[in-house]
Amino acid sequence: MDCLIEELERKAKKIRLNIVKMVGPGNTGHFGGSCSIADITAVLYFHKMKHDPKNPKWEDRDRFLFSKGHAAIAQYAALSICGYFPEEETLKLKELGSKFQGHPDLRKTPGIEANTGSLGQGLSISCGIAAGAKLDKKTYRVYCVVGDGEIAEGQIWEAAMAASVYKLDNLTAILDYNKLQATGTVIERFNTNPLKEKWEAFGWNVIEIDGHDISNIIEALDNAEKVKGKPTIILAHTVKGKGLKCAENNAAFHNGALTQEQYDTACKSLM
Amino acid sequence: MKESNQRKIYGETLIELGKENKNIVVLEADLGKSTMTYQFQQEFPERYFEMGIAEADMVSFAAGLSLTDKIPFVNTFAVFCTGRPYDQIRQGVCIGKLNVKIIGSSAGLSDFGDGATHQSVEDIAIMRAIPNMTVIVPCDGIETKKVIRAVAEYDGPVYVRLTRNDIVDIFPEDQEFQIGKPYIIRDGKDITVFAIGVMVSMALKAADELMKEGVSVRVVDVSTLKPLDEKAIIELAKGMKGVVTAEEHSCIGGLASAITYALRGNAVPVEVVAIQDVFGQSAHSYNDLLVHYGLTDKDIVEKIKNILK
Repeated sequence: MDCLIEELERKAKKIRLNIVKMVGPGNTGHFGGSCSIADITAVLYFHKMKHDPKNPKWEDRDRFLFSKGHAAIAQYAALSICGYFPEEETLKLKELGSKFQGHPDLRKTPGIEANTGSLGQGLSISCGIAAGAKLDKKTYRVYCVVGDGEIAEGQIWEAAMAASVYKLDNLTAILDYNKLQATGTVIERFNTNPLKEKWEAFGWNVIEIDGHDISNIIEALDNAEKVKGKPTIILAHTVKGKGLKCAENNAAFHNGALTQEQYDTACKSLM
Repeated sequence: MKESNQRKIYGETLIELGKENKNIVVLEADLGKSTMTYQFQQEFPERYFEMGIAEADMVSFAAGLSLTDKIPFVNTFAVFCTGRPYDQIRQGVCIGKLNVKIIGSSAGLSDFGDGATHQSVEDIAIMRAIPNMTVIVPCDGIETKKVIRAVAEYDGPVYVRLTRNDIVDIFPEDQEFQIGKPYIIRDGKDITVFAIGVMVSMALKAADELMKEGVSVRVVDVSTLKPLDEKAIIELAKGMKGVVTAEEHSCIGGLASAITYALRGNAVPVEVVAIQDVFGQSAHSYNDLLVHYGLTDKDIVEKIKNILK
């Protein structure tokens, strides 16, 4: 187990390093929300999910959607490390004609499951996939990460109701509870709390964890799978920009640029 | 003349399709009794999703279902399935070119009693503007059945606009329907009327009327507004003294826009029968509204005479 945890921690660090390299110095990128979700992304892609980088459309694969599509660079990093495409290729992020768009595009990038980025829609899409899996009597699971700022979108709560009505126990949502949105703290800008009570009231099983503690994440994902008749949401307490010192808890790095010095320091610390 | 109801035929066609293909699924936002999808629920309860009065979620949920190879038909009134979930259609369905069918019921002014909030005068404009979207307006019950079957076969997003009221059957029973093809419903040699929906039968009446005066009118059913077969449109207008477009929709962004764009560079006089950039309103009958907004055979006759003056 310790060995697994260490390995996943290394993978999470590698995801963060690739995020930094992909964006590069001087370019803006969504560092904050991508780094906060890196550990969960690592556990899903490198431990929990059934998937095949050589066959991205394998019909029995587990699905992972970023409803907070602006964190796409975390997903591109993970997918490249898995071998869906060469890591060097992700350096073409946001170049004209690149398969790595600013937000996820299922037609352009292998391993991407939906077009997300207009906030609030990915959870509904995940519900539809989960409902489709049930119709087909398939056992794969659907994972969907939503942001704590994103849940101000009314559609999130429409999806929350639908998931409960259709008893989508094959769906696990992960709330990246990093407490910051683009323009400041969630509490000050638009307070979406209390979260646990809200999701419970909408008929969900709620698990609260430290979103940077690998063993916590593994345990929560395993427990979510055991709950029948209702969907599960994992409220993952995270730090925006985690692992990237200059970006930690800094709303400016929601979509910010690293100076050359910050870039060099980040690369060194994440090697 | 025989009349039929597009909603009723749509509901029946869905059931036929449901029997033939287990991937057909239907989503509804609490208007199933009006859109006539409730019969599908009785036949195939497990493939029917009542999504509550939550159109945005309904469209994105349908996108998800399509990603598991289902063929989702999304239903509510035209005004609610184009305007309200516009962003969900644009972002989650059309960018990825997902196989989601949006069926707008009670379109145009056909929900006559409910007023401006329920009457879609700009739904075609909204849907036409989205890349990857196909837009089809069948002219009667016969064409509706053919359109729905073609739409189920086609892989990609489609918007279909249906009317609420009974309308005259005019589409030839033995005519195959192909997405993208305009159909000559009646041939003529002086003027071409390009029409959609209920205005196709209005155009036929206008053609009958003008025949008495020695004017020969070609009536074309442009059911597929997008992708529009521009070459065919140019061909159908060639040699005419002019063309008239006729639609139960705003003059902005619908048939008039599509046809005048297709005929750019061709010196053909064009007249437009359409709603003049205003909202609808309540009335005691559909016909009262059609008369009020200038959407009758008489209006088409008048426009044709303007050209021939």
